Amino acid sequence: MAEIFMEDVTKTFSVNGVLLSVLDGVTVQVEEGEFVSLIGPSGCGKSTLFNIICGLTTPDRGRVLLGGHDNVPAGEVVSYMPQKDLLLPWRTVLDNVILARRAVGRERAAVQSEARELMPLFGLTGFENSYPAELSGGMRQRAALMRTVLARQRVLLLDEPLGALDAITRTRMQQWLLKVWNNFKQAVFFVTHDIDEAIFLSDRVYVLTSRPAKVCLHLSVSLPRPRRAKLVTAPSFLALKKEIMRALQVQ
Amino acid sequence: MSRLNQADRPVNMGDKLWPALFCLLAFFLAWEAGVRLLDIKPYILPALSQVLNTLGDMLPLLARHSQSTLLEAVTGLAAAVGVALVLAALMDLHPWIRQGIYPLLVVSQTVPIISIAPLFIIWFGYGILPKVVVVALVCFFPVVVSLVEGMQSADCDMVNLLRVMGYSRWQVIRLVRFPAALPSFFAGLKIAGTYSVMGAVIGEWLGAVNGLGVFMTRATHAYQLDRVFAAILIIILVSLLIYAVIELLAHLAMPWYYNERRDD
Repeated sequence: MAEIFMEDVTKTFSVNGVLLSVLDGVTVQVEEGEFVSLIGPSGCGKSTLFNIICGLTTPDRGRVLLGGHDNVPAGEVVSYMPQKDLLLPWRTVLDNVILARRAVGRERAAVQSEARELMPLFGLTGFENSYPAELSGGMRQRAALMRTVLARQRVLLLDEPLGALDAITRTRMQQWLLKVWNNFKQAVFFVTHDIDEAIFLSDRVYVLTSRPAKVCLHLSVSLPRPRRAKLVTAPSFLALKKEIMRALQVQ
Repeated sequence: MSRLNQADRPVNMGDKLWPALFCLLAFFLAWEAGVRLLDIKPYILPALSQVLNTLGDMLPLLARHSQSTLLEAVTGLAAAVGVALVLAALMDLHPWIRQGIYPLLVVSQTVPIISIAPLFIIWFGYGILPKVVVVALVCFFPVVVSLVEGMQSADCDMVNLLRVMGYSRWQVIRLVRFPAALPSFFAGLKIAGTYSVMGAVIGEWLGAVNGLGVFMTRATHAYQLDRVFAAILIIILVSLLIYAVIELLAHLAMPWYYNERRDD
């Protein structure tokens, strides 16, 4: 049973009276514990797809099943990390990262001690009582990811979580992200527009066309894990990359 | 929020204080010298030194009067904040309520307080109540406007994220909208705080037993302008005190807002 199953999802927005077709019959699925990436040109409707999964936008056509069910509140299955970190400026790091977990009514003290134990993994030790404005960009992203992971939902929806980081930090964060994923065994649905990143991280990659978005390539990445940084120069890696580049240029 | 952020963030207090102190001192000197050189009569304009003398002599009496004025100002301000909180929460619930109430609030501010204040004496007598009502009327407008605008400024992506997490509408108001409104709220409260003493004094002019307004009315009628100016100095001090308390409350309520961004 798929954790996320979207079939033939179509969405058209009306912007100032002009119809804008964003998604055109998109079908994707994410299985239990899987790392799946969604790649496509900027502005192709990836974020709209996530908003539909979260129930913030309703599709014009198509089916969305979460955990095999229709009409479940998104928050019971997925945990969403938007592009912006959206940490509450008036809450300390510790109180921010437990926010999603508190929403389901867990006791504050218990969740806090759980979060404290995980601070080293997320590189936030010593910053528990700092406010988000005092953190660097990378730390804010890690705190936002920690909040998402700590929700302990079956699927993480990550919308370009590393997009704002410089290349060096980014490579390091990719390996770290795989470590976190390995640790918590949640499925990940990952949006990016970086081809290397998509291949390096994923079990499967969906490639979208530009607006209106359709799936133009569905690729299995059978590279062995654990994956190391030098993998990105291996011939098998480059073959996959070539295939994705071809798909992206066809349009 | 970020608009207010920059204007309001405290710089080094000493750097800000010295120019102000210098100008104030120059003003006082000009006042004193002007009155002496031009030989202005005390019932037209008393010299600063005379005002300060009177202030020293009348301090116990002025202290008693300022007590009741301060009580009226603070009670009225608190009432204004209470009303503003309720109105702002209501107006945030639905645009329809906001569009309905907002024009009425604006209209309420165009009614000249000085002309309806005597009615409060007729309705509520000579006690503290009519003064509190005047203060509340003067103060609630900046507070409610700043609260509503502040709540509107909350990041709607943040609101959506918390809704997806499973928080209820009311919890989102408590977790996101009210805290997001705090910087704007305190900016409005500072304006209201400085108005509050003036409101109390106006209330007292129209009829009271105690208070700086009564003291000033009596002094004016007797052409004791040194007493009037002494009372004005006290009013300034009381207003500054209220302002400082609000500033302190703002620091206690929003430590995150005043924490300076640490460079990485």
